[in-house]
Amino acid sequence: MSAQDNEALFQQRVDDEQKVEPRDWMPAEYRKNLVRQISQHAHSEVVGMLPEGNWITRAPSLRRKAILLAKVQDEAGHGLYLYSAAETLGTGRDEMIDQLLAGKAKYSSIFNYPSLTWADIGAIGWLVDGAAIINQVMLCRTSYGPYSRAMVRICKEESFHNRQGYDILVTLCKGTPAQKAMAQDALDRWWWPSLMMFGPSDKDSPHSAQSMKWKIKRQGNDELRQVFIDRTVPQAELIGLKVPDPKLKWNESTQHYDWGEINWEEFHQVIQGNGPCNAERMAARRKAHAEGAWVREAALAYAEKKAKRKAA
Amino acid sequence: MTQQEALFRFALRMGDNTLVLGHRISEWCGHAPVLEEDIAQANIALDLIGQARNYLAYAGEVEGKGRGEDALAYLRDSREYINALITEQPKGDFAHTIVRSFLWDAFHLPLLKALANSPDERLKGIAEKAVKEVTYHLRHSSEWLVRFGDGTGESHDRAQAALNDLWRFTGELFEADDAERLLAKAGIIPQLENLKADWNATVDGVLKEATLQRPAGEWMASGGKHGMHTEHLGLMLAEMQVLQRTHPGATW
Repeated sequence: MSAQDNEALFQQRVDDEQKVEPRDWMPAEYRKNLVRQISQHAHSEVVGMLPEGNWITRAPSLRRKAILLAKVQDEAGHGLYLYSAAETLGTGRDEMIDQLLAGKAKYSSIFNYPSLTWADIGAIGWLVDGAAIINQVMLCRTSYGPYSRAMVRICKEESFHNRQGYDILVTLCKGTPAQKAMAQDALDRWWWPSLMMFGPSDKDSPHSAQSMKWKIKRQGNDELRQVFIDRTVPQAELIGLKVPDPKLKWNESTQHYDWGEINWEEFHQVIQGNGPCNAERMAARRKAHAEGAWVREAALAYAEKKAKRKAA
Repeated sequence: MTQQEALFRFALRMGDNTLVLGHRISEWCGHAPVLEEDIAQANIALDLIGQARNYLAYAGEVEGKGRGEDALAYLRDSREYINALITEQPKGDFAHTIVRSFLWDAFHLPLLKALANSPDERLKGIAEKAVKEVTYHLRHSSEWLVRFGDGTGESHDRAQAALNDLWRFTGELFEADDAERLLAKAGIIPQLENLKADWNATVDGVLKEATLQRPAGEWMASGGKHGMHTEHLGLMLAEMQVLQRTHPGATW
């Protein structure tokens, strides 16, 4: 069969909503695109442990401490499933991690913002996980089987994360004036970066069109962003928080919120490494990796010795 | 000391031990040597914090002064904490963390197995659940210690250094205070010195497999169980308690 026939058959399968599985023929670009996206997603889970992990030791009650620890643990688990899903495409976890540590692979820019107060833990769960879920629900229907199945599992846990984040803010908003101010401050700082999580506008998104055709992505960035806004604004109002966008207004005729303009200059700066915590996040990952090297070597050396003894 | 006072003190100590160690272990979350250990250590920390909540809630009820788990955890200073010193030691390198867990787990498991037969229904209930968790903790720390001891030269040296460093905190585990003597006499908890044979057997067995030397050090530090801690605990509590202390009376 010619390459052209393969491509046409592949597209037909995708159009027919059949999942692509690891052993199936797939265009080299499809594979490359997926490895990029899935590994980026895995790295985001792992780097995403840092801003929240920052508050595990300061969580204000034992219940909150246990919930937060469980949540960050879930993220490590998501990282693992996603690395495994990417490995089915022939790229190993070590290689992907090396790319991250070398600064060649990206992760979600949202994690380059600092978690400064306890309310940020609420805002991350509510806004960051809330935005992630909208993207991930779409990805449950993505064309690549292992990615789609990983996402189904991840989505269930993410909705719990989203609720616990909102619950933190509900509690703060019912609390003392200082607690309420802490909640508003967190929304003020996390709102716009959360909107940026959906990526550039579709007209400026380099990977979007091809990803849509291959059904890796199924909805555009702008459409998903609007879903998030429409869902989140009433939740803010319900607990008396003000979304920091003077142009935000319900539009009766479109049945959507109209809203202001994202600061794309900030978006590009953070992607290029000039966000508030890019250097800290990478330093923390490199430190954990470097300081863990002897542990990984020991585990490997012991496993080899054990195998040798068994064979002898 | 009445039996009720002794029971309060024992439940509080178990709460402090599990909370402090759980907190220490949670410090790895996001920074572990491999992703699987981020998950495993978080899991162990979660088990311990869950146990701590049960013990502290019970201690508060026995005390009868209206203090709940959070009042006991967040509103006592280091001099009022009565955990064993080993639980508060800093995480150090991963060998220190594993050795700290191992020396504690080897004590914790036989203690819980005895408590699972306590006539005190609450202690029995907490221990029955915790036995399953801590069986896994001991297996996990033992497996790592063997990997380190019998892994590379570097891992062997690090594990031996951690053992030598933390060994002095193990004597205190078996020193009963007045509350523990009273409860042991009443058959509610085991005699702590009777757990030593079990601990020795576990430690010697794992060290042998790991090709590590049992430290000769005879001198043992103690005091944690009476509120005399190492300097590390005050710093740990300052971090842990910051929000409760900064916003008195707030609900979280």
